[in-house]
Amino acid sequence: MNTLLAHLPALQVVVPMVAAPLCLLAGRAGLAWIIAFLAAAFATVAAALLAYQTLHHGPISYAMGGWAPPWGIEYAVDTANAFILLLVAAIACVVLVFCRTSIPKEIRAGREHLFYCMYTLCLTGLLGIAITGDAFNVFVFLEISSLSSYALIAMGGRRKSLTAAFQYLIMGTIGATFFLIGVGLLYMMTGTLNMADLSARIPELQDSRPVLAAFAFITVGLALKAALFPLHLWLPNAYAYAPSGVSAFMAATATKVSLYVLLRFTFTIFGSEFAFGNLPLLWVLLVPAVLAMFAGSFSAIFQTDIKRMLAYSSVAQIGYITLAIALANPAGVQAAMIHIFNHGLMKAALFCAMGCIFYRIGSTRIDQMAGLGRQMPWTFAAIVTGGLSLLGVPLTAGYISKWYLVQAALQTDLWWLVILIALSSMLALVYVWRLVEALYFQEPVPGREAVREAPLSMLLPTLLLAGANIYFGLDTRLPVAMTENAALLLFQGPGG
Amino acid sequence: MKHHRVLRIVSKLLIPFIMLFALYVQFHGDFGPGGGFQAGVILASAFILYGLIFGLENARKVAPPAVVTRLVAAGVLIYAATGYAGLLKGGNFLDYGVLGATPVAGQHLGILIIEFGVGTTVAASMITIFFLFAGRER
Repeated sequence: MNTLLAHLPALQVVVPMVAAPLCLLAGRAGLAWIIAFLAAAFATVAAALLAYQTLHHGPISYAMGGWAPPWGIEYAVDTANAFILLLVAAIACVVLVFCRTSIPKEIRAGREHLFYCMYTLCLTGLLGIAITGDAFNVFVFLEISSLSSYALIAMGGRRKSLTAAFQYLIMGTIGATFFLIGVGLLYMMTGTLNMADLSARIPELQDSRPVLAAFAFITVGLALKAALFPLHLWLPNAYAYAPSGVSAFMAATATKVSLYVLLRFTFTIFGSEFAFGNLPLLWVLLVPAVLAMFAGSFSAIFQTDIKRMLAYSSVAQIGYITLAIALANPAGVQAAMIHIFNHGLMKAALFCAMGCIFYRIGSTRIDQMAGLGRQMPWTFAAIVTGGLSLLGVPLTAGYISKWYLVQAALQTDLWWLVILIALSSMLALVYVWRLVEALYFQEPVPGREAVREAPLSMLLPTLLLAGANIYFGLDTRLPVAMTENAALLLFQGPGG
Repeated sequence: MKHHRVLRIVSKLLIPFIMLFALYVQFHGDFGPGGGFQAGVILASAFILYGLIFGLENARKVAPPAVVTRLVAAGVLIYAATGYAGLLKGGNFLDYGVLGATPVAGQHLGILIIEFGVGTTVAASMITIFFLFAGRER
């Protein structure tokens, strides 16, 4: 048992990795699903154990292949990435339960095992990005998760899924390439790829031009992968035309992991002195973040496809997270990490609820779902809960996010940001209300038969995610304790 | 291309040597330039050449797509299994030092198996990509 615990950092990634080829070999949908589910469940338990260990016993370092860091690849787990691991693995696990019923209806028959293969591969990539302490290894896992997510999006039956996947492929590849160029420049200047080693060597090279260029390339590359306004253009189509399970999984995890890497590079590797003191990262992040908050919400108001509306809402929410990062104080980092977690919960719940509606009526257009709220009361309840959380109403997880965000903003001299946060939340009210009004107060589409509630196997995961929005609005111990510790760690850097 | 006698005969002559060279690159990889990736691509090129000259149908008979797809997965599993073997023998994941009698022998054996897994997956992926592109109806 103890040896198992000692190897947990490796198993966290390689168990889902082995599940992917096994899903392919399984050949049948049912068997592949079981393999994928077992792997995701294992990953969730492993992440929980790692989170517990880091919180109570401090960071863990694991030398891949027995090659000691900084020469070999190091898996370095602290509260910051254990928190992200927990989010990614838990969401993957819950959404996978949802996929079992929803996927056969949304992708071409006979391809289900390929879907689960790609899904576990994507999970492997995301977990790997979060856990590794090696800058080049981040790129490798970034590619694993990206390539598999292109395939996942393309599986979403509609013709536009293919163009959406291709668009994401082009933008995602540019983002990954920029990141790689940055890592290459850092390697050229420091001769190391280990994150802890990098952070020790960068201070003396602060003014050298390659390091400045590396920082710029890495920031822009990650902003592309995280869909920060105005680099978000791939996101709405990708989320709108992917199978609903994929939208839920990716909206909750993929962009969040990129934001985590941005946090890690900005604060631990380059250091906040360098990024915010010597360089104007504050304005570089703040302006797009505020624009994202407003442009994303405005675009969301005018969408007729609700999955697209939620995708634009994600752009706005990523704006909040980036805004918190830009504040460059420990409270801001904590707010960013809390919102990464909470926004994952809201969007997973909302996209799953859209999946339930799609399962019954075969569409996610707002005019098609008029009056559905009374026919599908539980799905409607999940949508209302997710929507309230998105607005930041008290007693929901979203409120906690907004509270910490406002607190962090008040600690700086940028108090007027609070007004902007409040104003953009009003815009969220408009699009959430539009959805609720259509679902509950409009007469059903004439001539369509009444539909039943979504099947239980889809409803339960949806309600679980919606319930988590309430739970983490009331009991904030876990996210607050972990992010508080994480914010401090990210700020001092691994050496400090 | 069946009526191009020169192409047919030359490719028939070449294919065994391409395969042999692939095996050389595969198993000589730990002494000199080469390794699983390059060997996989070279091996796949033998199948692709066969497919180009003798037609897709024949190539599919030689390398049935169902088998090739499974080989893609098998290669990854060979790689992962080596990693797990290191774990079971008491080392870290992918630590080949514990696989043999001495650390050097272990490293030697480990990288050989790992590269074999890489070669399998790369060759099978390349053949699959060729089948997918060549098999598009239009």
